[in-house]
Amino acid sequence: MAQLIGESIGRVDGPAKVSGRALYVDDLHVPGCYYGATVRSIHAHALIRGITLNLDYDWSDVVVVTSVDIPGENVIALMTDDQPALAEQVVRHVTEPIALVAAPTREKALEAARNVRVEYQPLPALIDMTRSQSEDPRIFGRDNVFKKLELRLGDVKAVQGGVLIEGEYNVGHQEQLYIEPQGVLAVPREDGGVTILGSLQCPYYVVKALTRVLGHDKLNVVQAATGGGFGGKEEYPSMLAAHAALLANRAGRPVKMIYRRDEDLRATTKRHPARVKLSTRVDESGRLLSLDADVLMDGGAYNTLSPVVISRAALHVSGPYRWETAHVRAAVVATHSPPNGAFRGFGAPQAMFAVERHLDKIARTLSIDPVELRRMNLLREGDLTVTGQVVKAPGGLLALDAALAAADDAPLPPLSPIPGGGGDAARRLPGRGVSVVFHGCGFTGNGEAKIKSKVILELFGERVRVLTGSTDIGQGTDTIFPQIVASILDIPLSWVEMAPHDTAIVPDSGPTVASRTAMVVGGVVDAAARKLHAALQAEAKRPAPFAELARARRARAPLRVEAQHQPDPTLRWDDERYIGDAYPTYAWMATVVDLAVDIDTGEVTYRRLITATDIGFALNPVLATGQIEGGALQALGWATFEEVVTDGKGLMLNDRLTNYIIPTAADAPEMVTLLIENPYAGGPFGAKGLGEIPMDGPAAAVAQAIEAATGAVLNRLPMTPERVLEATP
Amino acid sequence: MLTSHAEVLSPRTLQEALALKASHPETVALAGGTDLMVLIEANKLDPSRVLNLWGVAELRGLDAQDGWIRLGALTTWTELIQSPLLASHAPALVEAARTCGAAQIRNRGTLGGNLANASPAGDSLPPLLALDAVVELGSAKRGLRRVPIERFFLGYRKTALERDELITAIYLPARVEGDETFFRKVGTRRAQSISKLSFCGRVRRQGGQVTLARLAFGALGPVPLRAHTVEVALEGGPVRPQLAELLLNDIRPIADVRSTAEYRQRVAVNVLRGWLETLAG
Repeated sequence: MAQLIGESIGRVDGPAKVSGRALYVDDLHVPGCYYGATVRSIHAHALIRGITLNLDYDWSDVVVVTSVDIPGENVIALMTDDQPALAEQVVRHVTEPIALVAAPTREKALEAARNVRVEYQPLPALIDMTRSQSEDPRIFGRDNVFKKLELRLGDVKAVQGGVLIEGEYNVGHQEQLYIEPQGVLAVPREDGGVTILGSLQCPYYVVKALTRVLGHDKLNVVQAATGGGFGGKEEYPSMLAAHAALLANRAGRPVKMIYRRDEDLRATTKRHPARVKLSTRVDESGRLLSLDADVLMDGGAYNTLSPVVISRAALHVSGPYRWETAHVRAAVVATHSPPNGAFRGFGAPQAMFAVERHLDKIARTLSIDPVELRRMNLLREGDLTVTGQVVKAPGGLLALDAALAAADDAPLPPLSPIPGGGGDAARRLPGRGVSVVFHGCGFTGNGEAKIKSKVILELFGERVRVLTGSTDIGQGTDTIFPQIVASILDIPLSWVEMAPHDTAIVPDSGPTVASRTAMVVGGVVDAAARKLHAALQAEAKRPAPFAELARARRARAPLRVEAQHQPDPTLRWDDERYIGDAYPTYAWMATVVDLAVDIDTGEVTYRRLITATDIGFALNPVLATGQIEGGALQALGWATFEEVVTDGKGLMLNDRLTNYIIPTAADAPEMVTLLIENPYAGGPFGAKGLGEIPMDGPAAAVAQAIEAATGAVLNRLPMTPERVLEATP
Repeated sequence: MLTSHAEVLSPRTLQEALALKASHPETVALAGGTDLMVLIEANKLDPSRVLNLWGVAELRGLDAQDGWIRLGALTTWTELIQSPLLASHAPALVEAARTCGAAQIRNRGTLGGNLANASPAGDSLPPLLALDAVVELGSAKRGLRRVPIERFFLGYRKTALERDELITAIYLPARVEGDETFFRKVGTRRAQSISKLSFCGRVRRQGGQVTLARLAFGALGPVPLRAHTVEVALEGGPVRPQLAELLLNDIRPIADVRSTAEYRQRVAVNVLRGWLETLAG
């Protein structure tokens, strides 16, 4: 039979999506459905003096919900209980939800929302994260700090020799920009409970949050076809599902809430802005003696997942390098801005941009080639990371050598003319940049051991059904899970099907985040398949191939097995002191970017992007390549295009796709995507996580390339033409 | 989702269209809809009545007449790109059309609509200024009148159109041998972008001397504008790139969510100087 694993099988969800048959949440039509809309704060910080309805308006077919109508607790439960579903006495950021309305049509709902009047008493607002810890007002706890952490390797103070090199690096917000905006449909059940169908990543997060808001657990959450998430549909769907459920509860009928793009851009989570200060000592040859890092992130008004984001930033700010000593301090603080949250990379891209730019500064200061500086300091077998983790089978050098060889192998594609003139190559300066990054796969430290991800397999007839709470949000896991099962059991792919991602039937496989689904949950799928074969042999009381036994099986009831993630028992992690094995393994990636900078306008033309990524094993090469190329283009967007422009209150001003600029296909370079297979024994067939690492490396490589082309030293993202031109000497 | 409760009037002839515009002067004219639909979707416009011009055949067509090229007001961006006549007579306008929107937008968006919308970032406006275009306006009562393009724009999104008038055509003088033109759009990205600034230049040289200069910029202020100071300085001598610095007498750029005033000013000078350097050889 065919060797399924490692083959580029097309996505199982592809035909339905391409032909328009796939049902996204807005395509789901339920009789009697109302549409919901949200009344939001126009102030960054204010007391709510009153909420009243315009009595001249016709409210006869409108349902209104405020915080007093919440049957359970007014909280969106995630890590802490600080964020309300609807503001009560105080609003803490612009766009914070205050009241909800539902009406028979979308237009009527939007109109009704405009007729809800909120009386405010504005209070002083704190928007600048650098003043959050020192100034009033208090937003969170005693010191406005959501999470502060510190880690040490050796004693940096004891290192006094070498050259002291310091730098500061700043990055802005980034919007996930999933193609489908946030949307949820809440349908009351006959037993008094509610079913949520939505565009979401983590159905069990929604279950947890809704149980608290509704005060009961008669609910199930179903993922509809989802048009991308990138982390943006990790925590926010809990808020939207709570709102839709409250309205459905009140109206006694289904309620659909679909955000318009502008509302989605203004109100939902973004990548955390960050400031990273690095103070390092290196010897004359470029050996890295000490790293002193200070990472500050803007969490916005509520905690969301910020403590985990800052943790990943702290664990990646060393870069994939060997430091003799290190002291990392990191804090994520509260401001009166809309909360920031999960986004592909989850704190690592911010940290990695800083450390990679800093390596360029070291190279410049010591007159060492920046690639050689990286090569000499990359982590090697047996080296210690800054948490004291012993590095095993590192892929940094493999990736760097592969990417550089590919860059030398083929001539650069010709410099394409800029549409609308400016085709004069003489007025565009070429530059090349290189970066190397790593990314911890799966949850940090003991995270996976706590989650205990579960997968169920069922056999009935010649059908194996995979039941998992892990969702496919475009990354392809609904394709690779069946590939794993079919390969292990040596059966045709057509025998395997995915059960709907409905919490009424699937187990909790942990959230679909952290580059963990293929590696961790895929490993559980692998184990479950072996367990199913063993159970079938036990039932038949003879050893034989799975297909043979399945065909011969006479029992009516499905044969059902459950497997659970078994963490590597040798891993050790001290969550208090941040010492030990921070991640079960790491993916590694090198980027070589070639670009040209227009000397008249500062515009960057991307010519070629070569990436070489150690992903352990490619379960499905074309899907792996797609993940890396999509992520890399998203990283180029963050590097030179995407800027969230806010007013003094933290309100996003460029809330349209005409002025929040992401790259188009015309802006994309030729991509050469090399997959390096350096197997990890803990993953299925040796696979590691790869979803996030392409977001980590390109921005720093672009900065180095712009510097090579123009001499402009840029330490702030995005590197817009305005900033490039201003920095060009 | 987009809903409008506007009444749609769909005349079949120009006479009908002008009569309807005269009897309902508040009616918004709809050509390809690529600007109007965006405004309606963003709740910035809620018209009670729309005059749908798409079926008026007299507003279409693109042909040469007595030393002029006549472009019907409904000429689309795609038609501009595909016209052999314009490829030889107005390559800068064709280049500008290529940078506009995406294929769907170019199939619907029209030259007349671009003028009537009068966004200072309109892609066709600098080429039309540099080419000395003339705008033809029609009304039921007063018939047709022609306005030089530079006098068509009166202020931010304000034009010389009277309430009972429609744009009927745009006229371009046929190209004179020896004219050299250049178009450059500095947008936010390589496709589907709105200009941070745009530039179209035209010079005519005889014996190394500039006898005519037209330098037009978009998106630098409330209206697209000509750089008269630099034009006058260029005329009568060889191409001198350093004259680009005089541009600061002609422009007062604005800042918005797309770019800064400093960037627009500096890049306008750079782009002009870059082209002049290329011309000077």
